[in-house]
Amino acid sequence: MRPRRATLKDSEQQARIFRHRSIVAAFFVLIMFSGLIGRMVWLQVVQHDIFITRSDKNRMRVEPLPPNRGLIFDRNHDVVAENRPTYNLTLVREQAGDVSQTIARLIDILDLPPEEHDVLAQRSRERLRSYEPALLLSDLNEGQIARIAVNRYRLPGVEVEAQLIRYYPDGEWMSHVLGYVGRISQEDQQRIDTSNYAGTHFIGKTGIERFYEDELHGQAGVRRVETNARGRALREIDRTPPQPGKNLTLTLDSKLQKLGHELLKGKRGAIVAIEPASGAILAMVSEPGFDNNKFVTGIDTKSYAALRDDVDMPLYNRASRGQYPPASTVKPYMASAGLEYGLIQPSDTVYDPGYYQLPNDSRRYRNWLRWGHGRVDMKRAITVSNDTYFFSLAHRMGIDRLSEFMHKYGFGEDHSLDVWGAGSGLMPSRDWKRGRYNQAWYPGETLSVGIGQGYWLATPLQMATAVAVLANDGKWVRPHLAMQVGDEKIAPPFENTPDDVELDNPRWWDLIHQAMENVMSGSEGSGRASGRNLQYRMAGKSGTAQVFTLGQKEKYNAAELEERLHDHALFTAYAPVDDPKIALAVIIENGGGGSKVAAPIAREMLDAWILPSMKSSEEAQRHAQQNESAAQQIVTGD
Amino acid sequence: MMMDYWQRVYRRSRRQYQRLSWRTLHLDPWLLLALLTIVAGGLIVLYSAGGESTHLVEAQALRFAAAFLIMLLIAQFSPRTMQRFAWFFYVVVILMLVAVDVIGTHAMGAQRWLTIPGVIRFQPSELMKLAMPMTIAAYLSRRVLPPGWLDLLVCLLLMGFPVALIANQPDLGTSMLVTASAVFVILLAGLSWRFVAVCAGFGIAAMPLLWFNMHQYQRQRVLTFLNPESDPLGTGWNIIQSKTAIGSGGIHGKGWMQGTQSQLEFLPERHTDFIVAVLAEEFGLIGMAVLMSCYLLLIWRGLYMATQAHDTFGRLLGGSLILTFFVYVFVNVGMVSGVLPVVGVPLPLISYGGTASVTLMAGFGMLMAVFTHHKTTPR
Repeated sequence: MRPRRATLKDSEQQARIFRHRSIVAAFFVLIMFSGLIGRMVWLQVVQHDIFITRSDKNRMRVEPLPPNRGLIFDRNHDVVAENRPTYNLTLVREQAGDVSQTIARLIDILDLPPEEHDVLAQRSRERLRSYEPALLLSDLNEGQIARIAVNRYRLPGVEVEAQLIRYYPDGEWMSHVLGYVGRISQEDQQRIDTSNYAGTHFIGKTGIERFYEDELHGQAGVRRVETNARGRALREIDRTPPQPGKNLTLTLDSKLQKLGHELLKGKRGAIVAIEPASGAILAMVSEPGFDNNKFVTGIDTKSYAALRDDVDMPLYNRASRGQYPPASTVKPYMASAGLEYGLIQPSDTVYDPGYYQLPNDSRRYRNWLRWGHGRVDMKRAITVSNDTYFFSLAHRMGIDRLSEFMHKYGFGEDHSLDVWGAGSGLMPSRDWKRGRYNQAWYPGETLSVGIGQGYWLATPLQMATAVAVLANDGKWVRPHLAMQVGDEKIAPPFENTPDDVELDNPRWWDLIHQAMENVMSGSEGSGRASGRNLQYRMAGKSGTAQVFTLGQKEKYNAAELEERLHDHALFTAYAPVDDPKIALAVIIENGGGGSKVAAPIAREMLDAWILPSMKSSEEAQRHAQQNESAAQQIVTGD
Repeated sequence: MMMDYWQRVYRRSRRQYQRLSWRTLHLDPWLLLALLTIVAGGLIVLYSAGGESTHLVEAQALRFAAAFLIMLLIAQFSPRTMQRFAWFFYVVVILMLVAVDVIGTHAMGAQRWLTIPGVIRFQPSELMKLAMPMTIAAYLSRRVLPPGWLDLLVCLLLMGFPVALIANQPDLGTSMLVTASAVFVILLAGLSWRFVAVCAGFGIAAMPLLWFNMHQYQRQRVLTFLNPESDPLGTGWNIIQSKTAIGSGGIHGKGWMQGTQSQLEFLPERHTDFIVAVLAEEFGLIGMAVLMSCYLLLIWRGLYMATQAHDTFGRLLGGSLILTFFVYVFVNVGMVSGVLPVVGVPLPLISYGGTASVTLMAGFGMLMAVFTHHKTTPR
């Protein structure tokens, strides 16, 4: 080290150097700070718009607000589909602190059985986004809710969350016609506006719920919330409230529906009842049914498999999709076709020896009564359900004209307005057979079709519609289930209504009505056993469809096989004849004879529908008469 | 008689009053005013950044009260004492740094703390921020200035050892500040610009070497700085969010406690390293301009005070301390606004935090000492 030389001169020189360097430093600091300020100007002034947008995007979240699903009522304004609040227990882990302790407390508070302990712990560990509530328990009962409310301070992060889910109070007897809602599947995603369903968990899968999905669902709302960096909603900025789905009033009468369900109990079958004037479907029963509530929250695979594989096919809507030979119930329509085509006159008779033979053919087509009905005219042919008469008529009409005319009654097509998934049946024709089997039409096949068998298939809904058209003297109204959607009334005329069935001589309708009334009331009527003590004028027509193919049912055991080879029992009816209020079709699978099995059911349905209204109108009439006579007395008194 | 007595009492108290001047207290009123202004403003921002927590503000105010006392205490030492004490201090801190390496406490992936259980837990590297400029200044003030090659070499050795120890902890921010404090002493001592240019050349050449000696997280920070959008939810998150906070503040700001980025917790480290983004978001460009002006005045006053020091040691020490303070501010604001990579440097006098504020105030105490002591120090 050199000796210290702290001379004054040195010191002054050093001070000068330092002062010089300090000035440089001061400028350097100024320039650097100016640079920082420049950077701030760039970010806060020039790029301000970009960053304000980015910061808004950061903090705002758009949340969908699902609309409440519309309710469904029957024609008497009884609820048949409602929204039930359910309460779910959720846990936000970020707020819970010690999760396992909270779970232990919950188990203690709710006194849960040991097997649920692990389930609860497992659900609390589910992988979720932060601040997303984990679902611990669903469908809490009131006692549980109360106990949680009391102990809330001990359960941080635990919430009881309300959610509306569909509930069908009538369960089984409404299940087919109402259908059900279920969780939205990938398939469903294809047919919906996903933005409108963003907050919705359920969608109509079948039936009314499916057909009127758009109306019932409503319009989703949105709300914008401010969230923090962890995605937790802190406050609502604004909201567009959802528009709840429209309420739906059905034409169905749940009492009539329930009666139908009880009449068919233990059987497989269907009933469809229609108000002829309006086309309103009053009842549409398919048995056996199922509890559609099970489908709402998601049915477990085992229960579903049991329903699906049941030989009685409870999931199958027989009323709208079941296809059966309409059998003898078509005879009145055939008669009207014969009259219109000029093939028969009402008084023309056919001699029935018990069978019919085609010219140049030895094969005998048998009447159901082996020894024959002798001479039968049109009315008697309908009343006793003579086959020979209609074999003869069908042969003369030929399949082309037959098929064309029966289409006018709605056979072979689905003319319903709002029945989801309704079948179209099958009205065979020459072209159809060529297309289907690449075979020519044989004249013998026309005979089978002439009595509603052979290839001819119709759904109970079509049969009921056809008899309603007949009851209306050929006037068409499309059958429908909805009476009112929101504020909008659903009433005829409807678009795409088929042309009315027109007969040259309108009096011919009366002849057919009379013939069908005779079925119930005539001494020879096939349904006379069910026509005793009628308090109103009822018309009907029985049918017995042969089940001649074993088909896929061959695997069943002998006893069952035998039962399933029995004929299908059918009956169509309407009443009162002079002013029809109700027309219906009843089918009992493998029930046996239509007049024996189906007719009593039809009679009970009609009684249930007509008698109460008659009673009240009678009373009204009596009242009116009394008032009138009282008024007259006053007049005479004067 | 009585009048005389009272006159005497009056004169004595007047004398005592005069004696109790800023200079006798060894304080500089202007520097103190600037410091207090910034600290007070910082507490207001901290209240908002900490989610309206009075607890945080109280703790910070207490810490600064203690730091001001330390500043006051250190200001009483004469620069000559400091100069004599420098070498001893340097050696002690070096020993502490070695001790940290051996028995230090781990936290957040680094070994920076020395703990005397139940008494104190501190970072010796913070003390090096004072020991380093003191030592270099003490060395150079005994040499003929401007410094030559040999002096430079000695200084680099004195600097290199502790910087390597700190960088090894790892603590990039502190080692950088310690380096800066040494470099400023050398520059202020009058190192010729030619030397500076040559050294800068070497420095640039040594960049790749630095890269390969960096820890993975440090490299990640540099990469993220170069392209924050590459990992917007990971390491780039901080920069994107702080730029968004600053930019969305605009000219006037969103208002105190109204900053959505900070209040809704999008901004990370908002009461410590990134607190300036809270200020920029809530008080806008105007708030930033006021803050930067305060800092600028503080630094300028500090530089002026250093030039007024009596001896070379005082000048070099004071100048280095105030310029290191500038580096603090520049690096912090630069990293938060996205012009510098993220290194753990707090915003001096404002960021919430422990030892850093104490060493800073101790540094200002030294600055006041070198400014106020020259007239009273006997030659």
